[in-house]
Amino acid sequence: MGSVGAVRTLAQLDSGSVHAASVADNCLLRNEWVCPLYVQQRQSQILEAVGEHVQITVLSIVIGAAIAFPLAVVARRNRHLRGFILNSSTVIYTIPSLALFPLLLPFTGLSITTVIIGLVLYSLTILLRNVMAGLESVPAEVLDAANGMGLGRRRLLWRVELPLALPTIFAGLRIATVSTVALTTIGAVVGYGGLGNLIFQGLNSFFRAQVLVACVLCVVLAVLADLLLLAVQRGVTPWQRGARA
Amino acid sequence: MNAFVDAFGWLLDGENWSGGQGLGTRLVEHIGISALTLLVATLAAVPLGLWLGHLGRGQVVAINLGNVGRAVPTLAVLVLFAFLPAPLGANTFSFVLALSLFALPPLLTNTYVGVREVDRDVVDAARGLGMSGWEVLTKVELPLAAPLVFTGLRLAGVQIVATATVIGLVSGGALGRTISSGFTRGDQPQVIGGAILVTLLALLTEYLLGRLERLAQRRSSGSQAQQAPAGMPGAQTAAA
Repeated sequence: MGSVGAVRTLAQLDSGSVHAASVADNCLLRNEWVCPLYVQQRQSQILEAVGEHVQITVLSIVIGAAIAFPLAVVARRNRHLRGFILNSSTVIYTIPSLALFPLLLPFTGLSITTVIIGLVLYSLTILLRNVMAGLESVPAEVLDAANGMGLGRRRLLWRVELPLALPTIFAGLRIATVSTVALTTIGAVVGYGGLGNLIFQGLNSFFRAQVLVACVLCVVLAVLADLLLLAVQRGVTPWQRGARA
Repeated sequence: MNAFVDAFGWLLDGENWSGGQGLGTRLVEHIGISALTLLVATLAAVPLGLWLGHLGRGQVVAINLGNVGRAVPTLAVLVLFAFLPAPLGANTFSFVLALSLFALPPLLTNTYVGVREVDRDVVDAARGLGMSGWEVLTKVELPLAAPLVFTGLRLAGVQIVATATVIGLVSGGALGRTISSGFTRGDQPQVIGGAILVTLLALLTEYLLGRLERLAQRRSSGSQAQQAPAGMPGAQTAAA
């Protein structure tokens, strides 16, 4: 009993700080990989980064899809446009993300727009290819049958072709989403990388717990997004369920 | 558009190409690390893909590895590796190892699919001729799988050149360093100039490895009718 009291007094005398006793068991100060205290103290910063990450990813995919669908439908009926799209999408997809963001700087500067435009370009190329592949995979007999039933072009697209193309389209959506979640981190180079910002800061200050938490959250986000899209796919293609199992 | 004019001006200035921090050094570093990584990844993934494909095992891993790889950010793995103790850490060994991991999926998946897509009748015929398993693999399956192996090589090569750029963010050299130090110094022509050079290198890689791929396709289609066109697109989307 007496010795405990003495130690406490010594500690108080030693540094004059109430924190002195907790220094030894503080994982932040020991810069440990796993540190619950980090998550506790920086909760709002982490949530903000996750929010930015999700915002960038969702916007990039939604805008990419909104451009890819009409473009794929038009390109299907125009061979030149189709060739042009396939070639330019290969070129865009080849540009490294760390180079693409700087190349957009003269137009949009150091902004979240730069990151989103860059990621839209990537998601667009993936989605375009898959929507086109999906629409082309519809069997000719099915199209003949639909024509024979007197379906117009518009109804043919919405009632026959699109539903049959859905599995391929969703495969593209999942690939695009998961890659976008990972690529968003590179946005840190222009200051808008969501969790990438935390990784980047952690790198510069050699902050292990921050880097590990951000890395794990990135993978968790990607997996969650993938599972979510899988659930949506199951929901909108009920006829596939039996075949899949 | 002025920014691009400035960037090209920066690229054409011989001063910027010389010295240990110059573009010459960075370009050599970039190509060196990329080539080494492609070599390591190919030596690891192609034999494994051939073997798994030959045995017809490990389909789940060979096909789905790419999905796992896609979900993990390159930046995250590079920084984690840089923080780990020796022999990892912020060194070339560590970076080559990290980039190789990302290059495995396209190589493994395409090699595996290439072997599995070889007509089973052809394999049966080869066995009927008295070929051993090793002979079937090296004289029948490997030549017929070659076009897809080269598709994997192209996809991996382009990806490696892109991911090698991220090394520059973490610490090491290569052309990513030119871009990131341009950001640090607020030197926009350097940032955009570096980005243009990386882009050209990536496009050149795609072009050269694409030619190699088409060469392999042509050689293979001489010995086996209708191989590539039907099989290629599917395998490519699986890996891209």
